[in-house]
Amino acid sequence: MNWSHFFTSSVGKKIIMACSGLFLIAFLLVHAGLNACIWAFDGGEMFNKAGHFMGSTVVMRILEIGLFVFFIIHIVQGVVMELQNRSKRGSKGYAVALGNRGSKWYSRSMAILGLLILLFLIVHLGHFWIPNRSNQGWLLGEEINLFKEMKEVFSNPVWVLLYTVGVIALFYHLSHGFQSAFRTLGLTNHKYINIIQTVGLIYNVVICIAFIMMPISFYFGWVQ
Amino acid sequence: MLDAKIPAGKLEEKWNNYKGHCKLVNPANKRKLEIIVVGTGLAGASAAAALGELGYKVKAFCFQDSARRAHSIAAQGGINAAKNYQNDGDSVFRLFYDTIKGGDYRAREANVHRLAEVSVNIIDQCVAQGVPFAREYGGLLNNRSFGGTQVKRTFYAAGQTGQQLLIGAYQAMERQVALGNVEMFSRHEMLDVVMIDGKARGIIARDLVSGKLERYFGHAVVLCSGGYGNVFYLSTNAMGSNATAVWKAHKKGAFFGNPCMTQIHPTCIPVSGDHQSKLTLMSESLRNDGRIWVPKQKEETRRANDIPEEERDYYLERRYPAFGNLVPRDVASRAAKERCDAGYGVGTTKQAVYLDFKYNLINKYGRTEASKQGIHNPDQETLIRLGKEVVKEEYGNLFDMYEKITGENPYEVPMRIYPAVHYTMGGLWVDYELMTSVKGLYCLGEANFSDHGANRLGASALMQGLADGYFVIPYTIGNYLADEIAVKPIPTTHEAFEAAEAHVSERINTLLNIQGTESVESFHKRLGKIMWEKCGMARNEKGLKEAIVEIKALREEFWKNVRVPGEINEMNPELDKANRVADFLELGELMCMDALDRRESCGGHFREESQTEEGEALRHDDEFMYVSVWNYKGDERMEMLKEPLNYEVIQPTQRNYK
Amino acid sequence: MEHYNMNLTLKVWKQKNSQSAGSFETYQIKEVSSEMSFLEMFDVLNEQLIHEGKEPIAFDHDCREGICGTCSMYINGRPHGPWHGTTTCQLHMRAFKDGDTIVVEPWRAKAFPVIKDLMVDRSAFDRIIQAGGYISVNTGVTIDGNAIPINRENADKSFAAAACIGCGACVAACKNSSAMLFLSAKVSHLALLPQGEIERKRRALDMVAQVDKEGFGSCTNTGACEAVCPKEIEITNIARLNREYLAAGLAADK
Repeated sequence: MNWSHFFTSSVGKKIIMACSGLFLIAFLLVHAGLNACIWAFDGGEMFNKAGHFMGSTVVMRILEIGLFVFFIIHIVQGVVMELQNRSKRGSKGYAVALGNRGSKWYSRSMAILGLLILLFLIVHLGHFWIPNRSNQGWLLGEEINLFKEMKEVFSNPVWVLLYTVGVIALFYHLSHGFQSAFRTLGLTNHKYINIIQTVGLIYNVVICIAFIMMPISFYFGWVQ
Repeated sequence: MLDAKIPAGKLEEKWNNYKGHCKLVNPANKRKLEIIVVGTGLAGASAAAALGELGYKVKAFCFQDSARRAHSIAAQGGINAAKNYQNDGDSVFRLFYDTIKGGDYRAREANVHRLAEVSVNIIDQCVAQGVPFAREYGGLLNNRSFGGTQVKRTFYAAGQTGQQLLIGAYQAMERQVALGNVEMFSRHEMLDVVMIDGKARGIIARDLVSGKLERYFGHAVVLCSGGYGNVFYLSTNAMGSNATAVWKAHKKGAFFGNPCMTQIHPTCIPVSGDHQSKLTLMSESLRNDGRIWVPKQKEETRRANDIPEEERDYYLERRYPAFGNLVPRDVASRAAKERCDAGYGVGTTKQAVYLDFKYNLINKYGRTEASKQGIHNPDQETLIRLGKEVVKEEYGNLFDMYEKITGENPYEVPMRIYPAVHYTMGGLWVDYELMTSVKGLYCLGEANFSDHGANRLGASALMQGLADGYFVIPYTIGNYLADEIAVKPIPTTHEAFEAAEAHVSERINTLLNIQGTESVESFHKRLGKIMWEKCGMARNEKGLKEAIVEIKALREEFWKNVRVPGEINEMNPELDKANRVADFLELGELMCMDALDRRESCGGHFREESQTEEGEALRHDDEFMYVSVWNYKGDERMEMLKEPLNYEVIQPTQRNYK
Repeated sequence: MEHYNMNLTLKVWKQKNSQSAGSFETYQIKEVSSEMSFLEMFDVLNEQLIHEGKEPIAFDHDCREGICGTCSMYINGRPHGPWHGTTTCQLHMRAFKDGDTIVVEPWRAKAFPVIKDLMVDRSAFDRIIQAGGYISVNTGVTIDGNAIPINRENADKSFAAAACIGCGACVAACKNSSAMLFLSAKVSHLALLPQGEIERKRRALDMVAQVDKEGFGSCTNTGACEAVCPKEIEITNIARLNREYLAAGLAADK
């Protein structure tokens, strides 16, 4: 079995989804950790330092490209699989659906949730990443004050609401995605399933609360 | 005319001698020889796999949508083999002896001995194929006991032994399909045998999806199409199980052996109403741990659990202290019928007895488990809880099945059971080589008459199916085909194929054009009722004579008034059924004729005129020590031949399980 | 158990053959006993239809004791109907009450084309087995059954996987029409036994390839298959299959 066969079979495609998903899960942890610096209550000093660290060295910028690659793989593969899987039902669907009797709604809605997250991601990049990198001149130039930027953006209730919706979508996406990734990689059995589900839940709750509290903290002026 | 071709020599050397001297076909010639296998149950799938492995070109047919669905799959309890893994005194001879005795001395010694010999190979073969048999904690194979024996020789896979064995054989066959040695035709039903120059040379089959008739050539034809219990309408057989393949063969000259020999299984879920379409077996293995009883008082109205111990009649333990609840099936069935007829039956219909697990659940499993877990002086509740867990492991799926069907929980209340038609010992007459009286036409498994005499012991059907398919036919068919290597495949445009197809086509057309008022199902039900009442668990001359008249009349009515909807060239399950029921209507009559001829009781065949004072079956070896072999002479005329049974090793006695 | 009679409305999928379009047909059926099995209710309905000179409904069924895997009805949106761990043939009418409307559809999957009415073609499953769902031993050349002890835990797990009856409910229930529960049960059955060890890698790879060729979707671990499986085959088997696939694919020589 050559590599292309290995990764293009129905199981192989899932392995790609799982690996890229787990990478993104790891990234979210880093992202949330950095964001948490806003709660240093130092007028954004530590936060901007952290932001600067992530954007001002060649190594980080190269890793950033890697991150985008994984995002793109996860998104493209996800969309392609969804379309392929949908076509397997044949020309007619069921008149009465199984619905939630066999599975959780969000496990069946990964593509929709994923697309919601993608929309959110585009807005999010538009708010922070693009202005910052364009200010840097795409190289390692001067960065903008991200803390200030956040304050500004999150003073607008529309954006706060949108971020909240985005994070809720992320919560459900991860609720299935986290444990599903481990199943796909074959790491689930009766012994590990509980650990994986518990760790997944804790991770999910912590990450999502962290993300959601950010715009809220700014909006209500808890962080100055 | 009737030559069973039993090899000379001492009983235990016959099969080895045969294998040592039979003709062989060299590998290059095998590739030129084509074999048709009809049916893909244990016998058919194992035969197709084994013959394919040898290099023959095999075409396998089944009417189901997949070979894996044949009704062997429903066998629950286990498969016998004389492995003596339990060190309890088992041996090939003992399995042979038990089978002959269990069959009430109406089977051939040589065949049965061969069966016992190869039984040990079957287990090895199945284990190698990955059949997940039950095991002990030490990793070795486990056994349970079955009726009619005093050793533990039954190998099992929970309550799904048939399924696991069939999957094993099916996989072996699919491997040959992948290798190109076997060509599989599912949703195909054989509707005739094609004879050329006195030899079976092919079949006419109907593609059940398109409805088209198709012709297939084979140098030999092997029928593995199962039993004909569905003559009775209600039986434990699958809805599709039918006698059409063997009946067509019979009408083309293959003799029918012991057609009246039917097995009524003692532990089935009772009939609940007129809508009933089939009966469900509760494995005989349940009699390992379940005790059968009825109330001592007639017309008892209390619920089972409210009847105190001293008011229960454990009639099998009372009548047969040596074998107790594990008497052979025919004995257990008749005993249940006797109690119910005498007015002690239970349930709404009063046609049922109790099968109760409480005693062993508590005293056998509960106590063992408690002592394993170090619980001293456990209370009743703990014992029940612990016992339940073990029983669940052993029989869980059967208990679940019972609950789904009846709505009652058998862990709490005793099961209600009643005998039902289960297996047919009779079938196409075959010689030692499993060849019917038609050259080149073989018959394996339940479809033939050969190994079980007048009653089959539990867990022996799986054994026979696999023995025939894996270990007998690969040798014996070579002995015939060695002389056929010069025969080129005959084109299916040959006039014999033309004629056979035309004959089948005409019959189908007739069936469809009757357009009467009654459904096929209703005829089948009526036939079943006649058979069950007059040729069922107890038979007598008057009833059988009436039955013959009634069946004749019913058959006439069928051909005048049956209504088959739909068209020929399409998927038409009603037409498929009509074809099968038309054959049952002929076979049923033959069964009654045979039962009428055999004025003795033996095994599953109980003639009321012939019983001991205690109501046990009474044989008449002086008159009836033979296989009745029926020859179809055309135009509904039958002639009976007799194959005498010579017991050289075993001395037939009145069976005694007391 | 109390029994009762009921009147029902049935909406059943009718389709002449694989080429035709098909549509729902509505039937009324009266005095159905709660003690009937679901298929016996269909028998009664078919009798009624034949008497009225109408076409009976074609459906697959055989053993009617929940083991052959032939029956395959999608009842009120659930494969094999409302009861857990139950095949259509074992479903009994006491699951329903008077006045109910029951919608019955065939399995729907591209890989299971409809043959007629409620019958579908599941031969894809046979071809998946042909791709490697066996142990390559010829008849009669084996060692003693007790020569290889097998630890009880693995033997039990193997058996639990081998309990699959190949009915296709997993495919019918899955939003992706994935056959992974079936495939994983087969692969697990053999991979858990020492006899299956030799061909273990090849088996996993070849069988996955065949599943793809047959046109089943990929598994997204929703668990619908496990919820409807009449033999309660566990989804952990799919994780095992993935493990087998990964190990085999990564260890392959080319």
